[in-house]
Amino acid sequence: MKILLTGARIIDPIQNIDADMDILLENGKIAKIGADILKSAKSKDSGKIKIIELAGMIIVPGLIDMHTHLREPGLEYKETIASGAAAAVAGGFTSIACMPNTNPINDNRSITEFIKRKAAEAALANVYPIGAISKGSTGSQLTEFWDMKEAGIIALSDDGKPVMDAALMRRAMEYAYSLGLPVISHCEDTNLSGGGLMNEGYYSTILGLRGIPGIAEEAMVARDILIAEFTNTCVHIAHVSTAGSVRLIREAKKRGLKVTAETAPHYFTLTEEALQSYNTSFKVNPPLRSEQDVAVIKEGLSDGTLDVIACDHAPHGRTDKEVEFEYAANGISGLETSLSLSLNLIQNKTLNWPELIAKMSANPARILNLPKGTLEVGADADITVIDPQLKWTVDVQTFRSRGKNSPFNGRQMQGKAVLTIVGGEIKYALPSLKL
Amino acid sequence: MKFEKKDILGIKDLTVDEINLILETAESFLEISTRKIKKVPTLRGKTIINLFYEASTRTRTSFEIAAKRLSADTINISSSTSSVVKGETLIDTARNLEAMNPDIIVIRHSAAGAPHLLASLIKQSIINAGDGAHEHPTQALLDMMTIKERKGKISGLKVAIIGDIEHSRVARSNIYGLSKMGARVVLAGPATMLPRNIEEMGVDVYTNLKDALIDADVVMMLRIQLERQKQSIFPSLREYSQHYCLNRNNIKLAKKDVIVMHPGPINRGVEISPDIADDPSYSVILDQVNKGVAIRMALLYLLTGGGE
Amino acid sequence: MVETKNVKVVMDKDGIDRCLTRIAYEILEKNKGMENLVLVGIRTGGVYLSERLQKKISGIEGGKIPLGILDVNLYRDDISASNKKQPLGETKINFSLDDKIVVLIDDVLFTGRTIRAAMDALIDFGRPKMIQLAVLIDRGHRELPIRADFVGKNLPSSLWEAVRVDLVEKNSVDEVVIEEGT
Ligand SMILES: [Zn+2]
Repeated sequence: MKILLTGARIIDPIQNIDADMDILLENGKIAKIGADILKSAKSKDSGKIKIIELAGMIIVPGLIDMHTHLREPGLEYKETIASGAAAAVAGGFTSIACMPNTNPINDNRSITEFIKRKAAEAALANVYPIGAISKGSTGSQLTEFWDMKEAGIIALSDDGKPVMDAALMRRAMEYAYSLGLPVISHCEDTNLSGGGLMNEGYYSTILGLRGIPGIAEEAMVARDILIAEFTNTCVHIAHVSTAGSVRLIREAKKRGLKVTAETAPHYFTLTEEALQSYNTSFKVNPPLRSEQDVAVIKEGLSDGTLDVIACDHAPHGRTDKEVEFEYAANGISGLETSLSLSLNLIQNKTLNWPELIAKMSANPARILNLPKGTLEVGADADITVIDPQLKWTVDVQTFRSRGKNSPFNGRQMQGKAVLTIVGGEIKYALPSLKL
Repeated sequence: MKFEKKDILGIKDLTVDEINLILETAESFLEISTRKIKKVPTLRGKTIINLFYEASTRTRTSFEIAAKRLSADTINISSSTSSVVKGETLIDTARNLEAMNPDIIVIRHSAAGAPHLLASLIKQSIINAGDGAHEHPTQALLDMMTIKERKGKISGLKVAIIGDIEHSRVARSNIYGLSKMGARVVLAGPATMLPRNIEEMGVDVYTNLKDALIDADVVMMLRIQLERQKQSIFPSLREYSQHYCLNRNNIKLAKKDVIVMHPGPINRGVEISPDIADDPSYSVILDQVNKGVAIRMALLYLLTGGGE
Repeated sequence: MVETKNVKVVMDKDGIDRCLTRIAYEILEKNKGMENLVLVGIRTGGVYLSERLQKKISGIEGGKIPLGILDVNLYRDDISASNKKQPLGETKINFSLDDKIVVLIDDVLFTGRTIRAAMDALIDFGRPKMIQLAVLIDRGHRELPIRADFVGKNLPSSLWEAVRVDLVEKNSVDEVVIEEGT
């Protein structure tokens, strides 16, 4: 099966392409990219080729979200690997990496293999498991990194929880580095954040909710940078939410350290002010921060301090969120809104198109050592087609994800993934798109 | 002026006119408690549910007396927060209660925002009887009523609130209420008990008790919760009381006719010395209790209007 | 735009005063003096009238007759149906009603429901020997079996008219008016 995508603008930051071109997919790979493919293809073997006309659309390398929670095994009412992968392709993501905090935790080969098998059965997005740093993510004993790597993990993290023991984190970073696995750090000093429910500041004060100070994150970012420097290894900082973290990472990068970082759409879109109605759909960890933090997060995206946008997809059931704020679960079901929210960064001139696309494809691919994130001839035919003009309204009831927990429900959006191709096969197409 | 609110969730949401209306209505209700027959038929046939997720004999009793003096039927449901763990959520409970068709639900909960959750889900009027460290509107209203009676006004007074501001819903509701009514509010407590950015609520903040007491017309002492000691919020009761206990000496810094308030229950000798707490020339603490019933009667009366 | 209502003055200052004087004499006559007699004005319309009656009775008999003020809102039978509550006034009866002859005073007697509420309220204060009713205007349309013992003026009215008693104590003029079509 051959597919020819024509009439669109193609953006590939890796090849420095930003032009109106055609692209031909064949046998799951990118076969050709160029200006005049349509004519020659038509004359040679028309009929055997599916030609998709995409005037006004933008073709980019398949988007990658390196921070998702798929809940299977163990909490399938929140999400399964299949429903999460369906949400991914609907949101324009061809690949996702899933965090190990399932039940049981992905801390050994058999869980990793289970996830890979379920993902293959779903046959939607590519799903890359992330293994736990410590057994049961309890922060005391390292897992079998090497064994899990052979089973298919592409990174290590105890996400959901920090690794509080600095010595254990040091060992993890040293060992992982020798295996070529990145360590993704959920930065939170739980002594400082303990019991906290939202950003500590004026709003936590008036709402009477226990605060999580910015320094709970920043102290840990600083620690991990120091370990990376001392051991000459690398670390990836997950979900950066504060101005202070951006400053620390910027400075570390300036000194040439192997530190990378991500932020999530809600950290550059929402502030703590949204919590005034005690609406639990805004409850996330790390918490929504101040306006000033949001401004600096945008700066960090703009100047390259923050390499990646990953949505920290955290689907939950109704009963996890429809409770008192204090008892509500943290997280946003983000895969199906992440791209549209990120497109705002182009509108408000924080990023240009190639920069945004790099943060959602090439950069996560590089950090996770995946052979993805580009439209080079011979690469996997993972492609996302975006309609930058399409206006739509978020309706959680239409989410493919089982998690309907989104603070963006009802929000007007502009721009959306309309066609998602994984390995040369169409996995998602907006119903209104004429194929 | 007519009262249009469906719920009383916090003083933050009330206008000055609404506060005045509640206070004036409550003044009219004070008289009923002095009658031989302390009961009027106003809310006959109305049902009021007291849903208490946090133990509180005095607030619950005050609401219950208020309801009974208005001839409403009251149902008390006390539930420890551990029932959340057992499986029945606040929402389950609320839906069950809604099916019983009460007119007002009074809720006290250890989780800030729980009354707001309830109010967003069910059509009945909700009165917040204290939610976590957020608000305790009926306490602030009765405090304002007490101050107004004793001082003839609220506007222009200096009110010092002393103690664990961070964990105090009484403090927050009073800061909102007293500021709206034109008082100047100052706070004092150890730095560990002063929540971040509290000064943005329009108050002056001190870590020294004496600075706050100077020329105060009203001193409001907050209860120190002994279990906070474990959280390293203060080193010891002994050290706390040495520096933050209101006593015969430091009260001289305040105005001569200063009144002393306390939301109760009092830790005598910790936040307030016994001779001050029991001295009727300063202490209006028992007055506060009396006003509490009138304020709650006023709110029940104003909220049970039937639908438009 | 201000709607112009058809307003008719049916009693002026002198008329009101003459009525109150007559009622004062009638009260004393019926009760053979002021022994055991107390006055209770109903908020808000009966308060000033009861104060004037107290003065008139004192003028006739000498001495001061006890006067109380009653807010009947808490005893109304339409309280659940009314949308939102009117502000409540203070009830002030600083004397015992036991074995007293209580003269309730209101400005306008209409459906009788206010008087029903007032009687219920009085009984919560004690056990009067007798309750009598004095009103300045009786406009008819009773919904309960209640009648006044002392009436200033019978004023037949239609249901779509409003009868308003203005008194200098709050409205800067003494007069009774009928307003049409409210
Ligand atoms: Zn995390």
